[in-house]
Amino acid sequence: MTIQNASVSIKNLDLSFGAVKVLQNLNLDIGDGEFLVLLGSSGCGKSTLLNVIAGLLEPTDGQIWIKDKNVTWAEPSERGIGMVFQSYALYPQMTVEGNLTFGLKNAKVPKAEIAKRVARAAEILQIEPLLKRKPGALSGGQRQRVAIGRALVRDVEVFLFDEPLSNLDAKLRADLRVELKRLHNNLKNTMIYVTHDQVEAMTLADRIAIMKGGKIMQLGTPAEIYGKPQNLYVADFIGSPSMTFFDGTVDGNIMRIPGHDLPLGRYEFTSQPAPGTPAIIGVRPEHVMTGDNLRSAPYTTVVEIDLVEPMGSDTLVYCKFGGQTMRVRMDGQAQVAVGDRLTIGIDPAAASLFDKTTEVRL
Amino acid sequence: MTTTDIGPNTGPRETVRRPSRFLRNLSPKIAMLPLIFTACVVFLGGTLWTVLYSFTKSGLLPRLSWVGLDQYERLWSSRKWIVSIENLALYGICSLIGTLVIGFTLAALLDRKIRGEAVFRSIFLYPFALSFIVTGLVWQWILNPELGLQNVVREWGWTSFTFDPLNNPEIVMFGLLIAGLWQGTGLIMCIMLAGLRGIDEDIWKAARVDGIGTVKTYIRVIIPMMRPVFVTSLVLIAAGIVKLYDLVVAQTSGGPGISSEVPAKYVMTAMFGGQNLGQGFAASSMMLLMVVIILIPWAYLEFGGKKHG
Amino acid sequence: MADTGMLNAAAAVTQPLRGTLAAGPRGPKPKNKFSRSNIIIYGTLFVVALYYALPLYVMIVTSLKGLPEIRMGNIFAPPLEVTFQPWVKAWQEACTGINCDGLSRGFWNSVRILIPSVILSVAIASVNGYALSMWKFKGSEVFFTILMIGAFIPYQVMLYPIVILLREAGLYGSLTGLVLVHVAFGMPINTLLFRNYFASIPEELFKAARVDGAGFWAIFFKIILPMSLPICVVALIIQVTGIWNDFLFGVTYISSPDRYPMTVQLNNIVNSVQGVKEYNVNMAATLLTGLVPLVIYFASGKLFVRGIAAGAVKG
Ligand SMILES: Nc1ncnc2c1ncn2[C@@H]1O[C@H](COP(=O)(O)OP(=O)(O)OP(=O)(O)O)[C@@H](O)[C@H]1O
Ligand SMILES: [Mg+2]
Repeated sequence: MTIQNASVSIKNLDLSFGAVKVLQNLNLDIGDGEFLVLLGSSGCGKSTLLNVIAGLLEPTDGQIWIKDKNVTWAEPSERGIGMVFQSYALYPQMTVEGNLTFGLKNAKVPKAEIAKRVARAAEILQIEPLLKRKPGALSGGQRQRVAIGRALVRDVEVFLFDEPLSNLDAKLRADLRVELKRLHNNLKNTMIYVTHDQVEAMTLADRIAIMKGGKIMQLGTPAEIYGKPQNLYVADFIGSPSMTFFDGTVDGNIMRIPGHDLPLGRYEFTSQPAPGTPAIIGVRPEHVMTGDNLRSAPYTTVVEIDLVEPMGSDTLVYCKFGGQTMRVRMDGQAQVAVGDRLTIGIDPAAASLFDKTTEVRL
Repeated sequence: MTTTDIGPNTGPRETVRRPSRFLRNLSPKIAMLPLIFTACVVFLGGTLWTVLYSFTKSGLLPRLSWVGLDQYERLWSSRKWIVSIENLALYGICSLIGTLVIGFTLAALLDRKIRGEAVFRSIFLYPFALSFIVTGLVWQWILNPELGLQNVVREWGWTSFTFDPLNNPEIVMFGLLIAGLWQGTGLIMCIMLAGLRGIDEDIWKAARVDGIGTVKTYIRVIIPMMRPVFVTSLVLIAAGIVKLYDLVVAQTSGGPGISSEVPAKYVMTAMFGGQNLGQGFAASSMMLLMVVIILIPWAYLEFGGKKHG
Repeated sequence: MADTGMLNAAAAVTQPLRGTLAAGPRGPKPKNKFSRSNIIIYGTLFVVALYYALPLYVMIVTSLKGLPEIRMGNIFAPPLEVTFQPWVKAWQEACTGINCDGLSRGFWNSVRILIPSVILSVAIASVNGYALSMWKFKGSEVFFTILMIGAFIPYQVMLYPIVILLREAGLYGSLTGLVLVHVAFGMPINTLLFRNYFASIPEELFKAARVDGAGFWAIFFKIILPMSLPICVVALIIQVTGIWNDFLFGVTYISSPDRYPMTVQLNNIVNSVQGVKEYNVNMAATLLTGLVPLVIYFASGKLFVRGIAAGAVKG
């Protein structure tokens, strides 16, 4: 997918701290008004990338373009970005209002204009009653709203978020997530959002970039990432609980795993592999069919239940299949017990196949 | 630096020069000029200069006429320098052991849920606020042979009591030691106390469950756990010992005779009293060497081990 | 990474006191109030406290006695007849060599040295610490390492080269020169102190300010400085006591007795060989000299402990 009117373009970006290469030849185009989520495990370079975009770190090589301007060497304040941090980073000795206006005063924005923008941001974020307070006297959620407000008053095209919700408790996180989505729908700014929370990524993103070791492993819509992971890493990373993987070989339209020959049927190959290619098939727990769904299953078998984990809305069942412990997600109402025999169905069309050596999707 | 443009096929092209690394963020560099000057010119430059000139014949004024190790030979054949070194060694060992033992004991006593801990702590620590000059002068007065402590004890009836370190070359260093310990132990006590407070309270519970006695717990468990605190204290004490000067000047002026001379005083006399700069430089270089000898094992212990571990 | 080793070394020295004394005692709890071990503990503490308190007591009582009483009596005895004459004399008339205008001259010299030295030291050290923790540039750590190693070098090694530097600048013998020397030698410990303190400020705060368009000085004055009051006080305490108590630099870099700081003058008064020894005046003078740090000590409480523990690196 190429973006025609990119809002932010990252070109051949390299960044090393001494000998450690944190970002490697990274290319990324982010469309106007797009909500892009950078997702990856800890230490994969998400914050580093965001900081380079913000101008808080100098790249070793490559360029950053924002709104058709090469800003690789521009000061952070000159790039037309606003940034929200995980720890809120509010100036402790200033009031909320002082926090909101600090940047505008530095930019010598006229007083009337400052007042207008603060009023607007405060209204959008519903923080008007807090304006005269110091950050110390705010709750976590309120602080994060102020931090978002600080980016909002800057009236910029691009918002950068570095795990803005991860310091909040679960409930507040869910609330603010919805608010953020609404904010984006209203403002239509470009947003680049770093997180390692899959749910946040899935719910918020127009597109997700999955990062690992300073490289982008896959860039795509949430549906693509979930449904057609391009490599083993992404397949394993996305989904909770994650896929169960089976080693085997592909023979034409059959995937042979220990004890079972799975008909691949309607599986959409990216490229048909040679017969006998060693491969890995990954099956999501929620794609294993049980009960009424079994009728549409191209392949069924009977397994014995090892362990049951009731989770309320659904129940996770562990069983032995193909020499592996397979996870099966069942309805929360399902009446199952350890030792029970269970008929399961597998539709390889919904599964993902990977070349065993390259770990790339077949 | 280089001009690069790697714009893609789409989108506009613009060439932006990478700004000079030096000019970028010039403010911090300007702001650090005093530090850079102090570090490089005063500290580094000064040290190298002194070491360099310790190999010259400098007398009244520094002169670059090389004499090799002559100054050092003279130094080590000077009776006063030998006495200074001996004194420093004696004072150093006693002060090191004394400070550590007293400091730790006091800290351990204060750590035993004592009433009035803050009061005791203030009393033990206040001498550290005072200068060595004040310390030296007040102990000079207390140890005054005619009117001080000795006199008082004799008045109390023990007429043969003798403790006159300031008049007796044999024990004059102990007179200094009493004052030095008075001034310096409070700090070490504070550091030790903080160290004790840093130890998990569960250790004590575990020790009690295992039926280990208090003293034994301190020796077997607590002290080994406080190794870093002891190392820190050791470095602090050692650094202070090498610099011993003001106290001697105030309390004994190096006397009686030369019996309480110390290296730092030798340097000062040679440089500013005796117009014997070369000797001063050589002596101060020897002091530097002493510090290096003390610090290198410490640095090795602190950092050498960690790197491998 | 070898160059940062020393920094951490120096930082490690100040580390132990981080664990605050407020944490409360950890040792085993004595069983009951009048147990044998309790009596031993309190007894020991009491005796030791006596040893520590005694000199202050002796200074005070001696300074309030007349000379005849001192010659007759016992240095621990309280004064039979309290007289403030020795204090007046110490302040106004005590002689150093030929001039006899008392310690007041030294006091004011010390004040004149102290104020600019302290202000300059704290100002420079705070900027250094800020630059070192938030605006690292190539070489900044190297300079800092050299500075910190410098803190361990005996002062005697650097004394003479500084004489030359000051002489070249035309400042040798002047109070200004001495001020600069104090600023230089106070720099390692104070810079370290500020650097470590600033390193504990979340980096994101600094980043937010940069996004908000604040530059080096704006961030320093508007964001960082308002947050650093506690550490400024600690630095202030270190510098005030350190500079006030200094003897070595005063005696080395001040050429005329007119300009000697208080400690040097005190030593000259007490250890002068001329005339009769006036012990009461000497003790009054000694107390007067110790008064400034003592007041700071008793007024600042816990901060002082933190300050000197850090300052102890300086020696
Ligand atoms: N200043 C630095 N010096 C050296 N290495 C660094 C520096 N900053 C980050 N790194 C390294 O760069 C890598 C990427 O760091 P980054 O902060 O971008 O990770 P992240 O993806 O944001 O992780 P997290 O989810 O934990 O925030 C890490 O391995 C980190 O150790
Ligand atoms: Mg991060």
